[in-house]
Amino acid sequence: MTAAPPDTDALLSVRGLGISLHEVPVVNGLTFDVHAREVLAVVGESGAGKSLTARALLGAAPRGARVTGSVRLRRPPGSYDELVGAPAAARTALHGRRTALVPQDALSALSPVHPVGDQLAAAVRSVARVSRTEARARAVAALDRVGIADAARKARAYPHEYSGGMRQRAVIAMATINEPDLLIADEPTTALDPDLQEQVLRVLGEQREAVGAALVLVTHDLGTVRDHADRVLVMYAGRQVEQGPARRVLDRPAAPYTAGLLASLPPGEPGGRGGRRRLPTIPGAPPAFDRLPPGCAFAPRCPLADDRCRREEPRPRTAGDGHEVSCHRPEDVPHPATELFLERSV
Amino acid sequence: MSTPVIPAPRRAADDPLLDVRDLVVRYGPVTAVDRVSFTLEAGETLALNGPSGCGKSSTVSAVLQLRRPDAGEVRFEGRELTALTERELRPLRPRMQPVFQDPYGSLSPRHRIRDAVAEPLRVQGRWDDANGPARVAELLDRVGLDPAHGDRFPHELSGGQCQRAGIARALVSEPRLLVLDEPVSALDPSVRAGVLNLLAGLQEELGLAYLFICHDQAVVRHFADRTIDMRNGRIVRG
Ligand code: SF4
Repeated sequence: MTAAPPDTDALLSVRGLGISLHEVPVVNGLTFDVHAREVLAVVGESGAGKSLTARALLGAAPRGARVTGSVRLRRPPGSYDELVGAPAAARTALHGRRTALVPQDALSALSPVHPVGDQLAAAVRSVARVSRTEARARAVAALDRVGIADAARKARAYPHEYSGGMRQRAVIAMATINEPDLLIADEPTTALDPDLQEQVLRVLGEQREAVGAALVLVTHDLGTVRDHADRVLVMYAGRQVEQGPARRVLDRPAAPYTAGLLASLPPGEPGGRGGRRRLPTIPGAPPAFDRLPPGCAFAPRCPLADDRCRREEPRPRTAGDGHEVSCHRPEDVPHPATELFLERSV
Repeated sequence: MSTPVIPAPRRAADDPLLDVRDLVVRYGPVTAVDRVSFTLEAGETLALNGPSGCGKSSTVSAVLQLRRPDAGEVRFEGRELTALTERELRPLRPRMQPVFQDPYGSLSPRHRIRDAVAEPLRVQGRWDDANGPARVAELLDRVGLDPAHGDRFPHELSGGQCQRAGIARALVSEPRLLVLDEPVSALDPSVRAGVLNLLAGLQEELGLAYLFICHDQAVVRHFADRTIDMRNGRIVRG
């Protein structure tokens, strides 16, 4: 799997990343790079292994997980930190200073017993030798930057005194306050009201730009990708399905799975009376990772699957400039793929 | 962002299936629903739109009489529900069924799918050993589940399969109105469209009326015949 050598220009270089949970392989053979200041969206459904991947990128795989392959964070000039197999202390030192997480659930990231400003100030002092007053001033400035009104007063408030949207902003402030090189955001808006999601993504984007960090944005929502990512990595059942420039993948998906996902999105126009104009669908459901089929993991649901697909797992191959697909038959994917996924029954 | 407002098909002599007039729901000093009126015909889908806290959930609770409204009328199949006692409502409740967002939460984890689907009939005292099992099997098939799924427990099914089972359970008591509260929001994108197609097909076949809440505007535009926008408990458009 580890065909390509690590990309020495990349900020983060992932080669043949595998993750097993209690001896069951969940993630397999992920190989991708994230360049400085780049936004990579990692897209997948439940069970695709994207959250586990996000944690492995931070060197923070959960108990019971075995991580193989290589995750390298470039340390200028010309050297790097290897996160797979590194001692916990070394990983912790990187986390917070060079990498930071924007979690799904802000409450889990903030302590309920300390004022928000104190927590931000503590984060500052964990990496920089500055006075309490200075750390505090930076905390208030960070809250102000993410659009929290009356930041000085709000800094003295506790997380439960914040609204959900404000809490998520505070977490973004916390993740960016030490100007990390790499931000990992794991479904950063799914716990929020739909009307707040776009707003919070915008704040995240602005802060990322401001501190010059790269961002790995884990999401199940292809809609988010077009507006917020430079590149996209699509995962299915713990495998990489395709990766490439976001626009290109969305406009000309090379993998049947991506094409099917895109085709099944409602086009945003009236679907006839009661939505009776059928939407294209992908039949079946994603597999449980302990019950993966042989060959291509998508084969049981793929309208293009043939004998080879059911036998042989596809390897990544090029599908154009910077675009890579793991599929035996990408040239047979029509554009758009509507017809291919229109269901005959139901 | 606007959905074209398609006028409701009106049969001159007929009452609409659901006729809500000047509905008011208060929580203490807060008026959550403020004189909301709308109608819904058989075979029609009406979407309630608006940010959270706008009163759409309180509206559907009051329509279902899960929360008795403080004022206004809810006419369903020609009967004024707000005037009825709980006992008088009981035979009407099966005719208005909710389908919720969380497919797992709406099915008991300890019941096999087959029993979960049959349960409303048992509760209503309408279960019949001779025909019941066949009715359940027919419904499972209609919502796109295998007979084998009937023997499983909810956690053994995918989210989409569970939501299909939840729809079968809502259908078993032969409702006229389904209240669909974010029915596809918790589902994986690749299975969402299949559930929407299923709901559209069922409506066409059974003439069901749908009161629909969904935050995804592309889904609303595809699925709803008409849309009502709510803000602060009031209808602002529709
Ligand atoms: S390898 Fe075969 S089964 Fe897998 S996605 Fe490609 S065509 Fe479909």
